[in-house]
Amino acid sequence: MDFLNAIVALANFVLIPAISYGSQLALGALGVTLIYGILRFSNFAHGDTMAFGAMVTILVTWWMQSVGIGLGPLPTALLALPFGILGCVALVLVTDRLVYRFYREQKAKPVILVIVSMGVMFVMNGLVRFIIGPDDQNFADGERFIISARDFRAMTGLDEGLAIRTTQGITVVTAIVVVAALFWFLNRTRTGKSMRAYSDNEDLALLSGINPERVVVYTWLIVAALATVAGVLYGLDKSFKPFTYFQLLLPIFASAIVGGLGNPLGAIAGGYIIAFSEVTITYAWKKIAIYLLPERFEPDTLVQLLSTDYKLAVSFAILLIVLLFRPTGLFRGKAL
Amino acid sequence: MKKLLMATAATALMAGSALAQTEVKLGVLFGFTGPIESLTGPMAAGAEMAMKEVTDSGALLDGATVTPLRADTGCIDNGLATSNAERLIADGINGLIGGDCSGVTGAILQNVAIPNGMVMISPSATSPGLSTMDDNGLFYRTAPSDAREGQVMADILTERGIKSIALTYTNNDYGKGLADAIVTSFEAVGGEVTISAAHEDGKADYSAEVGALASAGGDILVVAGYLDQGGLGIINAALDSGAFETFGLPGGMIGDSLPTNVGPDLNGSFGQIAGSGGDGIEKLTGMAGDAFDATSPYTPESYDAAALFMFAMQAANSTDPAVYGEKILEVANAPGEKIYPGELAKGLEIIKGGGDIDYVGASAVELIGPGESAGSYREIEVQDGKNTTVKFR
Repeated sequence: MDFLNAIVALANFVLIPAISYGSQLALGALGVTLIYGILRFSNFAHGDTMAFGAMVTILVTWWMQSVGIGLGPLPTALLALPFGILGCVALVLVTDRLVYRFYREQKAKPVILVIVSMGVMFVMNGLVRFIIGPDDQNFADGERFIISARDFRAMTGLDEGLAIRTTQGITVVTAIVVVAALFWFLNRTRTGKSMRAYSDNEDLALLSGINPERVVVYTWLIVAALATVAGVLYGLDKSFKPFTYFQLLLPIFASAIVGGLGNPLGAIAGGYIIAFSEVTITYAWKKIAIYLLPERFEPDTLVQLLSTDYKLAVSFAILLIVLLFRPTGLFRGKAL
Repeated sequence: MKKLLMATAATALMAGSALAQTEVKLGVLFGFTGPIESLTGPMAAGAEMAMKEVTDSGALLDGATVTPLRADTGCIDNGLATSNAERLIADGINGLIGGDCSGVTGAILQNVAIPNGMVMISPSATSPGLSTMDDNGLFYRTAPSDAREGQVMADILTERGIKSIALTYTNNDYGKGLADAIVTSFEAVGGEVTISAAHEDGKADYSAEVGALASAGGDILVVAGYLDQGGLGIINAALDSGAFETFGLPGGMIGDSLPTNVGPDLNGSFGQIAGSGGDGIEKLTGMAGDAFDATSPYTPESYDAAALFMFAMQAANSTDPAVYGEKILEVANAPGEKIYPGELAKGLEIIKGGGDIDYVGASAVELIGPGESAGSYREIEVQDGKNTTVKFR
């Protein structure tokens, strides 16, 4: 019984939050890694691209809620998601035409593009705040829980409760679907293959008749879709506030770099590594230790490695360790 | 040219002093944006109602009008608060009602009020640190110190048979001061505090914080935070994960928006907030009518803060902070005739006639020690989605 309680407590406070957070990070990191692999620069505007996509989705969601369109137990935002993606696609394509294309034609160095993307980040940041405001926005509706802690306790008779929110379930399912679709696209379709070829060797790809502007457009399309999905899932699961998307940039970049920039598999692995490290290192293990250890070994302290305030520091530390000892990342991406 | 300038300056001075006779400006410096923005609307309305009452009566300093000047502190934004306080001083205020949150209040006091010799009466700054701050006799508050709230909370917890609590506080002067007061008082009566951990406001996700709190355990979770901010996030995360079901809610967490935002799961949670029962608050509620909610936290204290300023000015027969400042304790405390809300004109007449008043007001004002409220508290329990006053202590 104690063992079961320990597992349930672990699942409730560590596994489930970390898996859903990790999925959100992985989706974000995939976008960063694709841009790095194909367009060859670190896109600092990615967090705010996510915020923009999520914002369009929220506005459409509110409109749908006001005219009574809904999905029953599922959040209405899922219905609004395609519109958010369209809005986000429009934004990134316009940005590419107005800003990035100029620097691409100049064959600008990656570091210049990084700085340019920072400028884009501030503009998008301001745009989102201007349209929807800097405050928290609530747009989640539908059933709140797949299973609530109280129901779980009543069902199993355990002391510990296990809560799975609908948004956490949706996050994981959506992440799996999106990732599967992305890999199918990259590996099986002509366009996907041409994108990979362009990423591997630009000149060879050009020689074999691949149109670079087409590859760029497709990349932006996919990145906008990924960013919007990641942004909406994060907003549904936690809360939508423009500033938190800006802060999300660090763990997302940490995920992409840890996995190996430019490597999609690495981005996914990196997302979960960062999420699990953040959660397990800042979790207080006292409760689980009490369930598992014999009475005389029970800890008096919280058994917490770092206070929860240091969550961001954990991603920083992992980032530094990886860059020091394996600069190409765990999955052999491109060196920074 | 020089003569002309001097003449203009002299005229301006005379005009200024003549104006001061007829127009009194009181700054209302609250966090109209930020973590307690849902409380500050009624607070400002309360203070302004007292000013209107006095202006309409014409009893202050032979028919002076009292004008409120509102400005924002952001509740936690020291830079914004001090620059707005300086703007108010430049606008020529005669007294400053505010600030609201403890951190900004301390900043305004030290950076603006003391250098400019401006008297401040805060209706809601409750940090114990403000009691010991060297304020040159310029700082008063109609809200009690959190040291007193810690004792009240410990009493309530003991009476409800709670042996151990987990405690989380918002990471600022107010939260830290209150948390320390609760820990000291609760441990003094034999209770156990399993963890006392800070949380940051304005985050998207509090599941990690709640994980640590849940691991430490405890009968209930006491959340010394803000109801529009991290406090709400912590409670939602704790309910979602089933970590805690009952919450202890100190002053910053009491407000109508909390039961509305959290829903029925909050029923049974309890707490306390500075406030008092009796005639004063009922009179104020009647006067406010539908215009604003007079029972909203710190609203009676705001009305009283404005009233104290005007009584002190009347008693000193001056609008100069250096002159009327020392009269504030005199009009607030016994001896004298008791004055309730709606009777401000009567009080002003008594003072004018050379009599003495003991202002009771809406929050049972009794200033002790360095000019802070002795502290009566409302014990609140959330019942059927409403903050219900159980009793006064």
